[in-house]
Amino acid sequence: MAVQSESFDVAVVGGGPIGLACAWRAQERGARVVVLDAGEPGAWHVAAGMLAPVSEAEFGEGDLLQLGLESARRYPAFCAGLEDPGLRSVGTLVVARDSDEAAALDRLAEFRRGLDLPVSRLRPSQARRLEPALAPTVRLALEIESDHSIDPRKLVAALARVVDVRRARVTGLRVAGERVTGVLTADGVVAAEQVVVAAGVDVARLDLPESARVPVRPVKGQVLRLRDPRGPGLVERTIRGEQAYFVPRGDGRYVLGATMEERGWDRMPTAGGVYELLRDMSEVVPGVFELEIEELLAGLRPATPDNVPAIGPGALDGLVWATGHFRNGILLAPVTADLVASVLNDEALPDWAAPANPQRFAGVAA
Amino acid sequence: MAVTGTDFLTIAGKTLSSRLLLGTGGFRSLDALAGALEVSGSELVTVALRRIDPAQHGSIVDVLDAAGVQLLPNTAGCFTARDAVLTAKLAREAFETNWVKLEVIGDERTLLPDAPALLEAAEELVDDGFIVLPYTNDDPILARRLEDVGCAAVMPLGSPIGSGQGLLNTYNLRLIRERAGVPVILDAGIGTASDAALAMELGFDAVLCATAISRAEDPATMAQAIRLGVEAGRLAYRAGRIPRRLYAQASTPEEGLPEY
Repeated sequence: MAVQSESFDVAVVGGGPIGLACAWRAQERGARVVVLDAGEPGAWHVAAGMLAPVSEAEFGEGDLLQLGLESARRYPAFCAGLEDPGLRSVGTLVVARDSDEAAALDRLAEFRRGLDLPVSRLRPSQARRLEPALAPTVRLALEIESDHSIDPRKLVAALARVVDVRRARVTGLRVAGERVTGVLTADGVVAAEQVVVAAGVDVARLDLPESARVPVRPVKGQVLRLRDPRGPGLVERTIRGEQAYFVPRGDGRYVLGATMEERGWDRMPTAGGVYELLRDMSEVVPGVFELEIEELLAGLRPATPDNVPAIGPGALDGLVWATGHFRNGILLAPVTADLVASVLNDEALPDWAAPANPQRFAGVAA
Repeated sequence: MAVTGTDFLTIAGKTLSSRLLLGTGGFRSLDALAGALEVSGSELVTVALRRIDPAQHGSIVDVLDAAGVQLLPNTAGCFTARDAVLTAKLAREAFETNWVKLEVIGDERTLLPDAPALLEAAEELVDDGFIVLPYTNDDPILARRLEDVGCAAVMPLGSPIGSGQGLLNTYNLRLIRERAGVPVILDAGIGTASDAALAMELGFDAVLCATAISRAEDPATMAQAIRLGVEAGRLAYRAGRIPRRLYAQASTPEEGLPEY
């Protein structure tokens, strides 16, 4: 890597969708930007890529919902500037297998309607008219026409074509007094006026002053990537059960995920994880049994204590965080990039971005 | 004389002032867990070893350490005595405690305990020096057998885990309470505060609650409600309730009233 002699306005640590999108938006505003990436794909490589703020809306997570809706609204324009980003605007069905799950789904439907979110309740026969592959035993479904999906691998490839990405193993940040002046890599220092840290769960392993850290921990998720040898058509929409989701790519390929496990840095798929995913989804879409297994993978979501990401200025001058996106890194890429671009240009952030302020973790052990 | 606050629970020599045990499963975030934990006043908190890595920085374990509560490892997810014993031993090493909430599950759909395997695992773990608190069926005979093999408490279910159906067989639960020589803790099935109060009114020594709090719309407020339910039920038990009568009995006697 021969970047030591160059200097940049902005160096971005991490070449996943968050880092790349931040670099792209900063570059559009005229900054000279470099993205430093170790070349080991992060959580995005495993992620299904659901753009589903409404399906994910949960009690007590209004701040996250607000961020998600903002980002979903920006997605069409965001993708319009990219070549083949893999966006599929086909909607989502959330499905209950039995009366217990139907009661739980009705509780969530009522909650979401109370927030004026677009949710329609479908009887089983209505749901099966939309998706004939749904099991006869399905008891209730919610249709969420505004929740879409994107192929994160295509998205990352599209973003990587429009920004300057260089292979580098980042070990820490260069700090002079209370100011970040560059990035430390295995091959030397990359000087930059401002540094955006978008390294996902790897921020937990960066060499940083304790006071400047944000608390991020890995939460393991296992997925199966499946392929229908007969081509597309098993299901058209994203299908979500209580414990598993099934995301069609539109070409006969599907992502079935995902477990949630607090297992540290362990990334091995397990028999139990795979069994549970197949059991839970086969009770909703029995046709999954006919699919071929292309990949078994586990990724590490970067989770914060309150499930809300860290987006904004850090405790050191020149340090900007864009991490801790947990289950929502793909969804939140556009809004994160816009917010980070504002921070890099010394603009004030909107009120709805305040819950993501990294300074809220001051005093929390990272 | 009013019932005073010096009403401690003692399990295997350990004294607790809170009679609410908290389970850590199902919280939407670590902050949600930390918030509910603080409000609950719980001093003994269970963690599933199979679902977490105890060495992980910034994890559930750190939240519990910061709150200063005693961690009670459980063997959730074990389907054989062998797996439960092995998990208990791993937990003893990882968490440096010989306490274990023993679960041996018989069936995925009901998550009911497997009685023969539970008894077998309890016997082995007690023999190995563990303080064993078994999650058991609402079966008075099994509860006695668990006490006989040396368990430090027994933890019968009110109804299946996470079902929120409350106490389905209060007759059996009363028999377990009447015949036990060790603390009896109601585990599983609590749906809301009144369920916890009822268990305590029946004379249970404590209540363990996870899902009713963690999956409530507002976990911290439900933690407070269930804490108050436990306290109210305990006070009512100690105060001694009146017998049920078929006919009314005026609370104000009519003798000595003036005649007009």
